Amino acid sequence: MAISTLLIFIRFLIGPTLSDRVVALDLLLTTGIGIITIYSIYTDQPAFLDIAMIMALIAFLGTVAFSYYLDKREKNE
Amino acid sequence: MNDYLIIILSALGAIFILLAAIGIIRMPDLYLRISVTTKAATLGVGLLLISAAIYFNEIGITSRVLAIITFILLTAPVGAHMIGRASYFSGVKLWSKSKEDDLKGKYHPKTHGLASGIDEIEEKNESKKSI
Repeated sequence: MAISTLLIFIRFLIGPTLSDRVVALDLLLTTGIGIITIYSIYTDQPAFLDIAMIMALIAFLGTVAFSYYLDKREKNE
Repeated sequence: MNDYLIIILSALGAIFILLAAIGIIRMPDLYLRISVTTKAATLGVGLLLISAAIYFNEIGITSRVLAIITFILLTAPVGAHMIGRASYFSGVKLWSKSKEDDLKGKYHPKTHGLASGIDEIEEKNESKKSI
């Protein structure tokens, strides 16, 4: 999981366009949900799954907001 | 028995997320990257959450996990479609070895309307103006 987070972060840094960065951010948050799930199994505390749910919400909202922004920026130019 | 199931499911989930990460590095094109990311990461996170549900083995945790999985399954394709549509409009290039671009010439560049040819949309706009 740490290796995959590192690889996604590389793409997030070198991504040639803004859309690449948005996709990488989405995948980072999805990977974060997986990391939180494994941590909650490891520490035997199920309360962390609530944080995973909120993270899924934020990932979706962020992607939709960024695509809306890209669309509007294209129309204004 | 349950332990082996948890080990297998969580290992498969981690492997799928690692495959998604390798795909987002290695794929040559934004649209292929979106495809890899959405499918592999959704499956990987779903497997990890199912293994958490088996580990805790309570009704409350299981219903919470099912809610998260349903939410991810609903929102991942919607988000991928929206970011793909927006990046197609903002002029992200296809891979140079891609054979077909089905949408070429079907979007009006200003209004973002979809039709089989741009001429038809312009005719519609002119007819609206004349009315």
